[in-house]
Amino acid sequence: MSKIIVCRCEDVTLHELDEAIAAGHRDLESVKRFTGFGTGYCQGKQCVALCARMLATRGGEAAAMPITPRPPFHPIAVHKLAALVEDEDEDDRRPR
Amino acid sequence: MSDPSRPPALARAPLPETADVVIVGGGIMGLATAWNLARLSDKPLRIVVIERGYLCGGASGRNGGGIRAQWASETNIRLMKRSIAICADFATRMRINVWFRRGGYLFLARTEERAKQLAASAELQRSHGLPTRIVDASEVRELVPDLDVSRVVCASWNPDDGVVFPWPFVWGYARAAIGLGVSLHTHTAVEDLVTEGKRVVGVVTARGVVRAPRVLVCAGAWSPTITRRVDVELPSKPHRHEICSTEPLKPFLRPLVGDLQNGLYFSQSMRGEIVGGISNERVPEGLDQKSSARFLGLYARALSQAMPILGHVKILRQWAGCYDLTPDGNPLCGEVDEAPGLFLMSGFMGHGFMMAPIMGELFARHLLFDEERELFERWNLRRYREGKLLSESMILG
Repeated sequence: MSKIIVCRCEDVTLHELDEAIAAGHRDLESVKRFTGFGTGYCQGKQCVALCARMLATRGGEAAAMPITPRPPFHPIAVHKLAALVEDEDEDDRRPR
Repeated sequence: MSDPSRPPALARAPLPETADVVIVGGGIMGLATAWNLARLSDKPLRIVVIERGYLCGGASGRNGGGIRAQWASETNIRLMKRSIAICADFATRMRINVWFRRGGYLFLARTEERAKQLAASAELQRSHGLPTRIVDASEVRELVPDLDVSRVVCASWNPDDGVVFPWPFVWGYARAAIGLGVSLHTHTAVEDLVTEGKRVVGVVTARGVVRAPRVLVCAGAWSPTITRRVDVELPSKPHRHEICSTEPLKPFLRPLVGDLQNGLYFSQSMRGEIVGGISNERVPEGLDQKSSARFLGLYARALSQAMPILGHVKILRQWAGCYDLTPDGNPLCGEVDEAPGLFLMSGFMGHGFMMAPIMGELFARHLLFDEERELFERWNLRRYREGKLLSESMILG
C-alpha cells in the first residue's frame, strides 16, 4: 500500500492514524499525541482539518475538536521574544 | 480514504460497579501504581483507573521530561536513583520507545552561597554512589561550549541524569496495566467520593458509582478538589508552569542545563528541539493551563543570555501545565488519617513524572505487603497536622 501523508511536517501517515485509532485513541488530542501530527513546523495549520476529518469518518469523537492551538502563531526567534519583557521585569524567585 | 476492513474507534467499556482499588487520575503516577499493584499482587486485584480527560492531558503530558538523581535530600536521591534505573530499562520491558537520552544534568551556581549548597549536595549524592562532581567554569565550557560562563562560579554535574519523551511512558504504563486486567476509563470525571461514616468507600463519576474499599488520589494539582469532597484540606496548591519548544536542531547540547538562580532550564530532546522553561512566580492562582507572552519573554531573555548562540533559533510552540506545590517541597503520600480508605500520591512539586516509576512500585508494595513504612510515614499528610515539615532545596522552575 502506498503511503498517504496526513501531516507533512512530521511525516505522519494515514496508516499511523489508523493504528492510533485501533490502539483505542478516539479523540483528536489523544491521536495528536500518539502520532505527533500537528507538532511540527506548521503546528497543525496544514493538517488539523484533514486529521480531524479522517478521525470523524472512523468513528472518533468530534466533541473535543479541534486541538488546543499553541502559541506563537508563527515560529519566532528567541532574541525577538526576549524583547517582550521590560528590562526591570525580574521574576522574584522564592526558594521553595 | 477509509479502509472498511479496519475496526472503527473502540466502544467505551462500561464502568465496573465495584473494585478492590479505585485510582483517581490516569497520569503516570496513577498508571504506574495500577500496573505495579496488578503485577505484584499475589491474588488478582480489581483495579479501576479513572481519568477525567485524555491520556497525557495533565502534567504527565506537559512536563519537560527531565529525569535526575541530583537532589539535596537523601530520600529524593535514593528514590530517584532507583527511578532512573527503571526508566533506563523501560523501553525494553514495556516494548515502547521512550526516547531516553542520558546526557546528564548540569546545575549552574552563580553565587558562592549556591556553590556551597551544590558542593554539600554533591557530597551527599556521592555517598549514595552517584558520580556527581563539582566542575569549574572551564569544565562547564567543555561540557557546553556555547554557554556563557562569565558569571558561573561552578556547576554540579551528574552524567547519569537524562531526559525522556514523557508521552510514551504514560502509554507504556497504560497498555501494560490494561494487559494485566486493569480497567482504565478516560473522559470520566470523578465528581464526589462515597463515604460510610468517615471512611471513603468509592467514587461517584458522571458515568456511575464505583465502590471500593481503597480510593487512591493521584490527580496532581487537581487532588485537593477531590479530597475536599470529604472535607480533607490538602496544603498543596496548583502553580501554573510554562514551557516551550524550539524548531529541531542537530544534536549539539549534551546535558540538561539548570540555573537554580532564576530557575531557567533547557535541554535538547531526541527530536532535536530545545525544550525548556523558567521560574515564574507571578502567574494566576489556581488551576490554569493558559500560555502567556510574558513567559516567552522571561525565558527567551534568560536563554539568550545563558547561551547567546540560541538567539536565532525559533520557538515553535509553548504550553503550560500545573505543578502541585506543597509548602515544604515534599509530597503527600499514604493513607489520610481523617478519612480511612482514602490514599494520596500527590504534591510532587513538578517532579511527579520522574518520581512515578519508583513511587508507583513502592506504593504498591506498601499497600500490598506493608513495606516502606518509614517513607509513607515521612511523607504522610499528618506531618502538617503535627508541624513536622521537611525540606528540599534543589527545585527547578
